[in-house]
Amino acid sequence: MSVLIPDSVENIRRPNVFRRLLGNPMAVGSMVLIAAVIVLGLLAPVLSPHSPNFSSLDAVNAPVGTPGYLLGGDSSGRDIFARLLASVNTAMLSAITGVAVALLIGIPFGLISGYAKPRTDSVFSWVFNLLMTFPALVLLIVAFPITGGSYVVMMAIFGFLFSPSIFRLVRNLVVAVKRELYIDAARVSGLSTARILRRHILPAVRGPIVITASFLAGVAIAVQAGLAFLGLGTNDVPSFGSMTADAFANLYVYPIQFLWPTIMLAILSGGFVLIGNGLRDALEDSSLAPTKALRPSNPEARHATARAPHGPAQTSEGPSPLLRIRNLRVSYPTTGGQMKQVVNGISLDLNAGGVLGLIGESGSGKTQTAFAVLGLLTQEARVEADEFTLDGHDLLSGDAGDLKRLRTSLLAYVPQEPMSNLAPSFTVGAQLVEGIRATKGGTKREARQLALDLLRRVGIVDPARTYRSYPHEISGGMAQRVLIAGAIAAGPRLLIADEPTTALDVTVQAEILDLLRNLQTDLSMSVLLVTHNFGVVADLCDEVAVMRSGEIVEAGSYRNLYRHAEHVYTKQLIGAILDEDTYRTDPVATSAYPDHSEGSVGR
Amino acid sequence: MIAFVLRRIATGVVLLFVVTTLTFFTIQLADIPVARNILGSSATPEQVAALNAQLGLDRSALEQYWSWITAAVRGDFGVSYFTNEPVAAALENRLPVTLSIVLLALIFTVVFSLLLGVTAASRAGGTVDRVLQAVSTVSYVFPPIILGILLVLVFSITLHLVPATGYVPIGTSFIGWFGSVLLPAVTLMFASIASVAGQIRGSMIDELRRDYVRTLRSRGVPEGTILLKYTLRNAASPALTTLSLQFIGMIGGALFIERIFALSGFGTYSFNSAVQGDLPAILGVVTFSVILVVIMNLLVDLVNGWLNPKARIQ
Repeated sequence: MSVLIPDSVENIRRPNVFRRLLGNPMAVGSMVLIAAVIVLGLLAPVLSPHSPNFSSLDAVNAPVGTPGYLLGGDSSGRDIFARLLASVNTAMLSAITGVAVALLIGIPFGLISGYAKPRTDSVFSWVFNLLMTFPALVLLIVAFPITGGSYVVMMAIFGFLFSPSIFRLVRNLVVAVKRELYIDAARVSGLSTARILRRHILPAVRGPIVITASFLAGVAIAVQAGLAFLGLGTNDVPSFGSMTADAFANLYVYPIQFLWPTIMLAILSGGFVLIGNGLRDALEDSSLAPTKALRPSNPEARHATARAPHGPAQTSEGPSPLLRIRNLRVSYPTTGGQMKQVVNGISLDLNAGGVLGLIGESGSGKTQTAFAVLGLLTQEARVEADEFTLDGHDLLSGDAGDLKRLRTSLLAYVPQEPMSNLAPSFTVGAQLVEGIRATKGGTKREARQLALDLLRRVGIVDPARTYRSYPHEISGGMAQRVLIAGAIAAGPRLLIADEPTTALDVTVQAEILDLLRNLQTDLSMSVLLVTHNFGVVADLCDEVAVMRSGEIVEAGSYRNLYRHAEHVYTKQLIGAILDEDTYRTDPVATSAYPDHSEGSVGR
Repeated sequence: MIAFVLRRIATGVVLLFVVTTLTFFTIQLADIPVARNILGSSATPEQVAALNAQLGLDRSALEQYWSWITAAVRGDFGVSYFTNEPVAAALENRLPVTLSIVLLALIFTVVFSLLLGVTAASRAGGTVDRVLQAVSTVSYVFPPIILGILLVLVFSITLHLVPATGYVPIGTSFIGWFGSVLLPAVTLMFASIASVAGQIRGSMIDELRRDYVRTLRSRGVPEGTILLKYTLRNAASPALTTLSLQFIGMIGGALFIERIFALSGFGTYSFNSAVQGDLPAILGVVTFSVILVVIMNLLVDLVNGWLNPKARIQ
């Protein structure tokens, strides 16, 4: 079962990114407003009757709407409207200068650093990481003497000081893209480095750069305003910062003068950031939308229902079984608003002490079924069934807390990947104790003793040492033993193991299967074993249910099924058992069902 | 452990050296007529030359640099060209103001980012998530200077809750001190919360999808324990990095904010020295700022090592 990792590089070229951006009202509003403000700034000479620096005694603090002074005059008798429009140009030029310098420094060095040999990379990365810890704003203020008061020079320094954000972005993206196979292919086919960078890598990093540049533009405008507010810069260039400073001095008397630069700064500085946000959301959304999980279910799968067999696992009607499932459906909402069903109405019974193998390929719905029993599906999953009971208790109704207690006291879960199922920052012992105290209460000391006993019980030679270890200090096989110890801590009646040996070395696999078999007998637990491997089923299970495309296609005792499998898919699974007696002569399983290997929901 | 700390301090010294050296020679490039500025336009060339010699400005840039750096290593940051006040003493007097604002803003940022980030992650799309978005949007739309003035307008001028200007030392009155630095700290906090809480939210959501979370859930470990003890610990690392970058930004941001609240911290000092080209004062400001950054980075590294056993061992 694959975890779906959004391919952030690919989806930048998906055409729906722009459409998604247009669906974001904040971003669209920002774009419209920014465009309008820019046009106002460009039309300044036409629109404003006065030059922004022309001052008239008559206009000192003139109220809004004074003829010729649309927004009134400031404390020096200058036209606020004219200064506002001129300030737009100052702000835009600041943004363009700052962003351009940051890009001009960040992109080339990022491309080289990401693509070059590790030594070059580490030198460049070190330099830019150091630059990143410069107190940039402090340096911008103290560098004032060398700017000669020019805000363009100041913003060029801003671009230099903020170039690490671009550098790091580009470098990390290039390192990620470089590992893609198509880049290897391009290199093998003889393309020059420069050409690969230009043709293949640059397009892939374009989207994120645009986003960061948009953020940076917003920051640049705010910083320029701040510098001008402090009075760093020539007086003859109007800017929002100097206007704010003028208005601030007048704040008690004419607070309205403060309003105009505030509105403009909000539109420009905030707008660029909101556009950047919108773009990022659009890119992230598009990477989530067309996941494997949302493919339409295959019509062939429906067809198979008719042949759902009458194996004993499904129809045994004796004393109430430990786990009883009738017509279980699991579905997930899609982005289109419909529900996509991944388990299509399966039924099975598991008696106390029984061992049932649930077998099928990735995406057959077997793990979804197991998680539905365990109550570990993600929140958006919808679980429905005609009957879904554990030890006679309905799992679909009742208080959530009660259900959780019922499950943790009766069920145990052994996962597939031992390493990722241990929290990396906590010792093995601490995690065991956490689970023990959650179910059994008791003191820390009792829990510790029980944890040590359990570790010994699962065959760990030096329990005290393992107890103290962090997950990265133990082997995969040992980690799986630890997880089994944690699972059986509460004395469960049903152990659900999800591909418990898939991630392990072959020799370790046998040991873990032995351990599970012993525990099953000693503790007289039931076991629901989820696997894609008939060999594992052969080792442990009495009963087998074969799943494909969210349905049980065949079920029965292991012996029966092995000898008289009816369904072609079952035969293929059996044929796939590898041992010294059997040669694999059948066609590869997927060739008969070209479409079925995918359809899993990322767990 | 000690080796690790020493290595980080060594990196800090390199940073300090690079930044001060860069600053020194860049400002030298500007070739500011310091003596002429001090004496005014009526001074004779002889008077200017005499003052230049007195200040040591007649020496080559390298000589001046050497004498500055050898003195600075001993803790002597020289004397301001313009006020004759020793730079170190001036900065020490102003440090409490700037540090009060920045540290309070840092504490606010940590507390609110944790509250908002963790809650938003555990209920993505919920009320708290929307509050976080609103806070972020406010910080994007209003640059710090505007936000600061707005806060003054609302809380000082209109509601009279806190004084608009002035600094009260913490030794004089805690309440008075708190009132005098509250608004500046809140102003600085907004921008940092947007990125730190956003980072916490994002990495918490990623972390909650990890396999070990499901395993802990299967053993009945309460959701609150999983959230606060397990996932937060792993999600805290990237958030701490963001926080240390935000702290660097806060030191600079404080210089702007101080102007609004008429606080005499590093802000006015660095502004005046920058405009006058007062090189010893400028270098003093830069040195103190970088030292603050280095201390913060060291603390973040130590906390990271404590949070993450793998980092601790290496």
